[in-house]
Amino acid sequence: MVTQRRPQGLGPVGLGMLMFAPAVLYVLLLIAVPFVLAFVYAFTDARVGSGGDHFVGLENFRSVLGSAAFKTAVLNSFIFTIASQVIVLVGSTTLALALKDHFRGRGFVRFLILLPWVAPISIGAIGWKWILDSIYSVINWVLVAVHLAQPFDKPMWLGEPRLAMLSVILVHAWRLLPFSTVILLAGLTAIPRDIPEAAEVDGAGFWRTLFEITLPMLRPILNVALLFGVIFTFTDMVVVYNLTAGGPMDTTQVLPSLAFFTGIQGGDLAAGAAISLFLVPILVVVAFLMLRAAHRAEIV
Amino acid sequence: MGRRRRLRLGRALVILFFTVILAFPFYWMLITIFKQNADLYGTENNPFIFNAAPTLENLRVLFYETRFSRWLVNTAVVGVLVVGITLVLALPAAYALARLTGRWGERLGIAIFLTYLVPPTLLFIPLSRIVSLLGLQDTIWSVVVVYPSFTIPFSIWLLMGFFKSIPRELEDAAMVDGLTRFGAFVRLVVPMSLSGILTVVIFTFTLVTQEFVYALTFISPESHQMLGVGVPTFLILGDVYFWGSLMGACLIASVPIAIVYNLFLDRFIAGFTVGAVK
Repeated sequence: MVTQRRPQGLGPVGLGMLMFAPAVLYVLLLIAVPFVLAFVYAFTDARVGSGGDHFVGLENFRSVLGSAAFKTAVLNSFIFTIASQVIVLVGSTTLALALKDHFRGRGFVRFLILLPWVAPISIGAIGWKWILDSIYSVINWVLVAVHLAQPFDKPMWLGEPRLAMLSVILVHAWRLLPFSTVILLAGLTAIPRDIPEAAEVDGAGFWRTLFEITLPMLRPILNVALLFGVIFTFTDMVVVYNLTAGGPMDTTQVLPSLAFFTGIQGGDLAAGAAISLFLVPILVVVAFLMLRAAHRAEIV
Repeated sequence: MGRRRRLRLGRALVILFFTVILAFPFYWMLITIFKQNADLYGTENNPFIFNAAPTLENLRVLFYETRFSRWLVNTAVVGVLVVGITLVLALPAAYALARLTGRWGERLGIAIFLTYLVPPTLLFIPLSRIVSLLGLQDTIWSVVVVYPSFTIPFSIWLLMGFFKSIPRELEDAAMVDGLTRFGAFVRLVVPMSLSGILTVVIFTFTLVTQEFVYALTFISPESHQMLGVGVPTFLILGDVYFWGSLMGACLIASVPIAIVYNLFLDRFIAGFTVGAVK
């Protein structure tokens, strides 16, 4: 800093640093420090409220890896992420293509479609909890009314392990679909209109134009939507926490929710930290792919 | 049927299908709010219609017999404070990245972008200890301090784009007229970027209302709760759900934000697309 000083004051680089430093310090203190601490805690016996942690080596990892709840959570995290992302990608591509051109009422439709993304998700999940309620579920009422279910043998959406997992996946997909759709819409407006039109004039049908022209051109933006989707899903605990709280019997537990129940609710910070560290490999892969996508976008 | 008409019909059906699925829970909240308990909890009733006269009782309970209005106030206060911290730190940082540090600006910009990817569910355990060491546990100050860690990066990214679109010549002219670089930033660039600043205010506010994990971890007492945690946690007494009031809280907490958010959607997209759309 001293060497940057000139008679008139700070040079441009010095001033830049000075304007940039406070924000970076703030973010570093609250992201980098806890990030490092998560690794530190995982090798200690840290608990809520107690000081003087001791180094315990790999003990936490040994007990975490040995627990059945952890194995279920890892498997569930992958099922949850892959299943919801497939639904979101197919759904949002279809919807974005349908919304591409202007029509009367498009603004209002966009408002309705965006609601699940904009509303606080803990609250959206509670809305679904009412829709999927064991006694008053409107879905079950309809199923009974059209004779697809018996009045005394209705599906227990949140009480039966498979249905509960399905519910969690669908509610999360419901939440992310608008986000993915608006990102893809932005990508679609960037494709020059005359290219798909020229293909149609040349006799390519709707499906051929879609799969051979539009979708390949949309790929970079599809990648971005997918990468964010994976992050927002693999690291999310809000839907699981509010809809099933990991139940019944831990069958819908995912890694982040298990880390919460173990580390915060159960007070075992060290074990919670060890569980949450299993999110890191996925984050690293996504970060790498994201950088590559950004790099490519700049070259093109 | 002609090809064009088939395509148009298909498009209309797709839009109808998704709109109904995506918006249905909010319509259902709206219906539920105005129903009497006897109507809601009679399993033989058709749930799509009012089987008894509509009522405002659920809303009365929500506002007069729960802490809902307190949570609204808490969330608004936290929102305002976080917006303040975010603007003070992100505005100069974004300007520095857009203008002053040149080639490094791009790399630092990407680094800032990457912090979006570090999720609360990785940081909440260490942060819970930091928060209690600072003596902020169970107060709204815990989230006031922590929320800028994700609102600042997002805001820097959004503002950078705005600052880059302001012609450099304007600042150079102002500096020839005797302003310092920092003076030009405060008196010229900031006033010219008001729409960008407004965008940051809106998104910071929505991020604050949407956050759940940190608020759940740091704050336990009912009266100090944020909206997103208070509604799902404290409007349920034991096993008893007050569905009418609960749905009222849900709708009131979502729709106003959604309306404002819609006005700023395009800017929001720009913050996420990493230059993949230009």
